[in-house]
Amino acid sequence: MTAVADQPVVEIGSPRLRKEDERLVTGRTRWTDNIQLPGMLHLAMVRSPFAHARVTSIDTEAATAAPGVVAVITGADIAATQGAIANAWPITADQVTPTHLPMVLEHVACVGEIVAAVVARSAAAARDAAELVDVDYEELTAVVDLKVAADDGVLAHPDLGTNRSALWRLDSAEQGSGGNVEEAIAAARAGGILIEREYRQQRLIPAFMEPRSTVVDPTGEQVTVWTSTQVPHILRFLIAATTGIPESKVRVIAPDVGGGFGGKLQTTPEEFVTLAAARRVRKPVKYTETRSESLVSGHHGRDQWQKLTLSATKDGTVTGLKVELLVNLGAYVALIGGGIPVLGAWMYNSIYKFPAYQFNCQTVLTNLPWVDAYRGAGRPEATFAIERIMDELAAEVGVDPLVVREKNWITHEEFPFTSVAGMTYDSGNYEAATARAKELFGYDELRAEQQQRRDAGDPVQLGIGVSTFTEMCGLAPSRVLGSLNYGAGGWENASIRMLATGKVEVITGTSPHGQGHETAWSQIVADRLGVPFEDVEVLHGDTQISPRGLDTYGSRSLVVGGEAVVRAADKVVEKAKVAAAHLLEANADDLEFTGGRFGVKGTDKGIGIADIATAAFTSHSWPEGVEPSIDAEATFDPVNFSFPHGTHLCAMEVDTETGATTMRKYACVDDIGQIINPLIVEGQVHGGLVQGIAQALWEEAVFDDNGTLVSGSFVDYTLPTTADTINFLTDNTTSLATSNTLGTKGVGEAGTIASTPAVVNAVVDAVRHLGINDIRMPLTPERVWRAIQDAEHGSQTPPTAQAQPHFEGDGAQGNQDSGSTGGGQA
Amino acid sequence: MAKISVKVDGVAYSDDVEPRTLLVHYLRETLGKVGTVVGCDTSNCGACTVHLDGRSVKSCNVLAVQADGHEVTTIEGLADGDTLHPVQQAFHECHALQCGYCTPGMIMQATSFLADNPTPTEDEVRVGMEGNLCRCTGYHNIVKAVMAAAGEGGGAK
Ligand code: FES
Ligand code: FES
Repeated sequence: MTAVADQPVVEIGSPRLRKEDERLVTGRTRWTDNIQLPGMLHLAMVRSPFAHARVTSIDTEAATAAPGVVAVITGADIAATQGAIANAWPITADQVTPTHLPMVLEHVACVGEIVAAVVARSAAAARDAAELVDVDYEELTAVVDLKVAADDGVLAHPDLGTNRSALWRLDSAEQGSGGNVEEAIAAARAGGILIEREYRQQRLIPAFMEPRSTVVDPTGEQVTVWTSTQVPHILRFLIAATTGIPESKVRVIAPDVGGGFGGKLQTTPEEFVTLAAARRVRKPVKYTETRSESLVSGHHGRDQWQKLTLSATKDGTVTGLKVELLVNLGAYVALIGGGIPVLGAWMYNSIYKFPAYQFNCQTVLTNLPWVDAYRGAGRPEATFAIERIMDELAAEVGVDPLVVREKNWITHEEFPFTSVAGMTYDSGNYEAATARAKELFGYDELRAEQQQRRDAGDPVQLGIGVSTFTEMCGLAPSRVLGSLNYGAGGWENASIRMLATGKVEVITGTSPHGQGHETAWSQIVADRLGVPFEDVEVLHGDTQISPRGLDTYGSRSLVVGGEAVVRAADKVVEKAKVAAAHLLEANADDLEFTGGRFGVKGTDKGIGIADIATAAFTSHSWPEGVEPSIDAEATFDPVNFSFPHGTHLCAMEVDTETGATTMRKYACVDDIGQIINPLIVEGQVHGGLVQGIAQALWEEAVFDDNGTLVSGSFVDYTLPTTADTINFLTDNTTSLATSNTLGTKGVGEAGTIASTPAVVNAVVDAVRHLGINDIRMPLTPERVWRAIQDAEHGSQTPPTAQAQPHFEGDGAQGNQDSGSTGGGQA
Repeated sequence: MAKISVKVDGVAYSDDVEPRTLLVHYLRETLGKVGTVVGCDTSNCGACTVHLDGRSVKSCNVLAVQADGHEVTTIEGLADGDTLHPVQQAFHECHALQCGYCTPGMIMQATSFLADNPTPTEDEVRVGMEGNLCRCTGYHNIVKAVMAAAGEGGGAK
């Protein structure tokens, strides 16, 4: 790496307009659904309308006879070839994991499961014929409510004997990273502050704008799968692992992908059924879901009950935190569904110096669609709960929420800091981010206005919400993943091809779907190699072009994938240097590399890296015994996570007469380390904010008692619009990450993680003087109005009063494993 | 089957379509105009927005037969050769797109909106674009782009 130490930095940090845009703004796009192949057929799914049922018979006769129908496929037809939907992260050794088949054979465990499929000449013909497939079901009682399911009264999978999938625990005293939380709680009960709260993380739907689509072409030597996915490499692996098709016979391509947010971090039944259908009819087959299908059959996010017990001294110094989660997995343990809440285990203690900590997570099966990653994945839930309860602590002590946070947070001199959960935070400066956020927001002025309105008894009250957060990004050190029983590594791969004409191809194992990797990776490579930004082409998302990769999720792409690109570029320079010395007839030690050129120190002799690429191509004069290529590949496995953080401030107006809420102002300052492209960063923050705000105010997947999705279209699942949202004030402070060369930390999820508690804290702050300390999300006008009514009539009770003692008795049975792996409950 | 004649992005087409065919499916499947996309089945998302005789419509909400004798402009016909329409340019410059799936509809809606209201306030933009959903951008930069395009005369055809 020495050869590139003095590279001038011109691209990194500059707000380059995106390379990706020209195609996208002119409609020159390659969404999976755009693909047409010769002889291509279309697939439609027959889905269960019941959440829990047994399929007793399927009559395919009428469908088979319908015009244009090539095949009607049932589970029995493809039982041997369809593969399985894998759970890649069993969180405990004895996790209860139901078998998840792409097409059910008999037992339907949630609404929308595929029971048959029709292959026809056109999508319309396939859908028409799907209506003609006659399925008889024996309906079974569905278990829908999470707490009811935890009691095992009705079973989601009767053959498993329990709904309780796994109990995972982290205890700071047991693992030696902190004190005993029970002692801290007992001390607080005797003479300090003890706050107990239960929060509800409602179920959300990722709702990427591009419905998922898959095209499978079985006509070549390799089966080619185009699919709207975040994880082409993982899909290829799991197709091979579960269907028996050799990995070398499978090519997966993620062409243009229209958003994911975790929702396309999955290997789906639809992908596997399309694969099985195409292999069966030996023709290319396309399946594209409707939005209604997407909302019910794509995985969902969140869905937890969170019980927190926070102990503190009377001055607001936290002495301990105990977390008990009850997590709705839905009907199956999805790809990393069980692990999502576990990702929160290291984040409930957040930016604070808590001396004692315990995290318990009970995952539970129900007859609802399965739950997996949704933007933030475990960390928004953690951040929400801790930032909500820190506000409760501030209220209890009677100080500003920022004061109680500052009293407990890690100061910038204390980095690197090993948290009570056992994570080592490498860098950060919470004071700086908070100071800048207050300034941007006009904190003191808004507090003054709040007081005025309160004094005047204004029907429209103002509330200010604070969220100081951190998250762990850069998934992930492979050894850590191994210790958690995760089924893959966390490395990332990149290679660089130096073309004969001096152009550069960068191949990355990340799989962007809106994040702008083409632009950002080009900026990095332009700086490292000293080549023009325009000369760099970034290739990705096709296992034939980019054979190695672990794809895009968890804000990992830049931190891990970007570092692989840096290392590949540095290797190119190292190789080119040997050739440069030969071509310049100089000693390699006398060469310096700047601005894309090797120069002989103290002379004007030099050669550009593009000319060396050409020289490698001709190989007419190349150093003896050295292979004629300066291409390079690098695989980077991080040694630590990165820890972006930030301070988010939100002002909400609440009409106490109607319950209507209006966002007045939102300011956030994020420390995400080195910024490659500030324009892209800002965009990521904006989009993240609105997803987090939407959880606070609008979105919820609602089911009826039978487990049918009530919010099953965009009419009922209400995504925010331009008219619902405001402009945001954003800025950054910077403390560099130490875990990668550029000092980057990741930004994809920050806005979503931080904003939800900021909004809810603001609304609660606006009405706290009325005796309200919580309102359940989403904070619809009706819920806010009801909370105000209840408070006025004296029936607002602390949420803990309604809390079910679902963990009583479980606490002592945690695992005995050292470190942070979990153990199951008997 | 019904016979329709429709001009799309300046080219005259004459086709037999099933009466139930939606305009968006005719555009995508028969004409290969796949720049226009489908995002929902309830006419909520606006991803399929095109211009019918110069005014924005959600093409999933119009039958192909209703376009008979009319003129359709899609995202593919908006630029003038290699020169982007001011709204396309503004979306690029303001980073008003990430995955780009909502973008064709957003741009077609914005051009139509600006034709009606060439000098909108921010609030008017927020109301005028309300029928188009984007999951990526949080709308901040989309609103900014529409305002910027208005400043550049983006409403003018
Ligand atoms: S596809 Fe959603 S409005 Fe037309
Ligand atoms: S840019 Fe992805 S939906 Fe708008």
